Amino acid sequence: MSTASSAPEPAVPTPGLEMRGLTVRHGNVPALARVSATLMAGEITCILGENGSGKSTVVSVLSGLRRHDEGELLVGGQPVRFRSPRQARDVGIATVWPDLAVAPLLSVWRNFFLGAEPTRGVWPLRRLDMDAARETTVRAMARVGVTGLDPDQPASALQAGERQSLAVARALHFGARALIIDEPETPITVARQTLFGQAILAARAQGLAVVVVTNNPRYAHLIGDRFLLLAHGHVAGNLTRDDVDADVLTALMAGGERLNALTDALTALHPELGER
Amino acid sequence: MIGDRLPAFGHLPARAPQRRSFLARALARPSLPAVVGLVVVVLFFAFAAPGLVSPFGLATVLDTAALLGIGGVAVALLLVAGQFDLSVGVIAVASSLLTALLIEVAGWSTVPALAVSLLAALSVGVVNGVLVVNTGLPSFLVTLATFLILQGTSQAGSQAVAGATRVGGLDQARGWSSVVTLFDGSMQVGNGRFSVSVLWWLALTALAAWGLWRTKFGNAVFACGGARQAAHELGVPVRRTTVALFCLTASAGWLLGTITLVRFGSVQAGGTVGILSGIDFIVVAVIGGCLLTGGYGSTIGAAVGALLYAVARQGITLAGWDPRWFQALLGALLLIALVANGVVRRRLKAVPRS
Repeated sequence: MSTASSAPEPAVPTPGLEMRGLTVRHGNVPALARVSATLMAGEITCILGENGSGKSTVVSVLSGLRRHDEGELLVGGQPVRFRSPRQARDVGIATVWPDLAVAPLLSVWRNFFLGAEPTRGVWPLRRLDMDAARETTVRAMARVGVTGLDPDQPASALQAGERQSLAVARALHFGARALIIDEPETPITVARQTLFGQAILAARAQGLAVVVVTNNPRYAHLIGDRFLLLAHGHVAGNLTRDDVDADVLTALMAGGERLNALTDALTALHPELGER
Repeated sequence: MIGDRLPAFGHLPARAPQRRSFLARALARPSLPAVVGLVVVVLFFAFAAPGLVSPFGLATVLDTAALLGIGGVAVALLLVAGQFDLSVGVIAVASSLLTALLIEVAGWSTVPALAVSLLAALSVGVVNGVLVVNTGLPSFLVTLATFLILQGTSQAGSQAVAGATRVGGLDQARGWSSVVTLFDGSMQVGNGRFSVSVLWWLALTALAAWGLWRTKFGNAVFACGGARQAAHELGVPVRRTTVALFCLTASAGWLLGTITLVRFGSVQAGGTVGILSGIDFIVVAVIGGCLLTGGYGSTIGAAVGALLYAVARQGITLAGWDPRWFQALLGALLLIALVANGVVRRRLKAVPRS
């Protein structure tokens, strides 16, 4: 909540994305209540929380799918109000959605550029630049470990893991400022997760603000620099890597204060439990 | 664009993509079943009804196909986007009725009357589209409602305003002759009268095919139908695209109505466009390879479907059979097309042609 200026940005670390008192309501029910957090450029911020704690709402707001009702969202110090995910992508915020946002009947390259197609020519004749799109798709997919791909084959012909790679490669291609990764619903193999982890770390090294939404506290602790804990739409904790170890993070995720209270009450009644 | 600066994680350098063989790509075309069907029907009726191959037969077939194809192409685009429009036929009749009333009763000249009826048709399209987009109701039901409202309004309205459900004698109107060439020009070859509607049909089909496969709009249409949530998440303008497509089918309806109005110089409220009812356009689009679930289809296929329909219809007439057989044949064709579409789609996972 410190600076609210469009002055030249300080060197390191710069806030990539900043949420100030962000409130989002589903009807009357607040999905997010006055959430404030800074997602630094060049850092990996992990968002953790139970189901329904507001993780995906944060993702929707950051990537432009939902508009916030109150508060401010700042991108590079400038307040923004996205009207569409396209605007978010235009300022360099790219997202890996949990459903991967892949259209099964469209070809791989059409999926890759869906909503942000490269074109050539002037308006009445403006058309897709298909060769460039195919070439970029093949190169970007090779970078996440999928080689020998026919960009004209439909996404439905890809294996599940390749579809995840498509979503990640697309986000890497379009994310110039921030990368938001909402963990895919489909299980990821360890090999692929390793590749994605490498890609995420490379993105951090490039100075992107990286946001990872995950249910796995051990993975979060492995790659995260900062941990944003959400509970019932509120910020329950904003910790750095120095504050917590993986076990604490697990405990915090698993039920937070209620679990601690339960542990205290049980150990008070049965002291032998504390020795376990 | 950081992807360009990342190291390559894979062990292999990017290989040049292997293009699929010509045969596989041809088989993957959504219009394939329609093309096969067309060849079969043409061969059959070339023997059963030799009159079909005369200039007269050809002109009649092409004219039927053109009227059907103009609506069919627009409906095909809408089907690809996952929506239905039952109201094309009735928009055609209602808009031409409006043109006729403006000319006959209000005394307007032809061009402004046509412009106003086009605006009216577009506004029906906007209402259809906005209702579907905002309420999330199935477009089948929304356009069914529009169909009923327009049908009732046009009949009762023309009765009340003009005192009859038939408005005619338009060829005396001011500026009428100037639109005749545009909408009902023709060329006589032998005993066949080839109408300008064929050119409209071919031009619109070509334009729609180009738009569907080569533009951002086309990509948005595919995504709206096949993966609406993904389209939302990637910022594809789903709502705008859907409303635009409903406007497109409404304008196609207006064009059909205008072509038949100019040809006959009269219009019958509650009638049909020539011989077509509203459902025919959907049948043609499905025969042409569109999936009812959206996300897949072809405008070329719809054009081929329209030709198939027309050949079968005129073939039955020229072969001297009871024309009522046609509907049964159409149903059978539709069924075959549905099964063929499904089989082809499952056999080759390679669905899109690019």
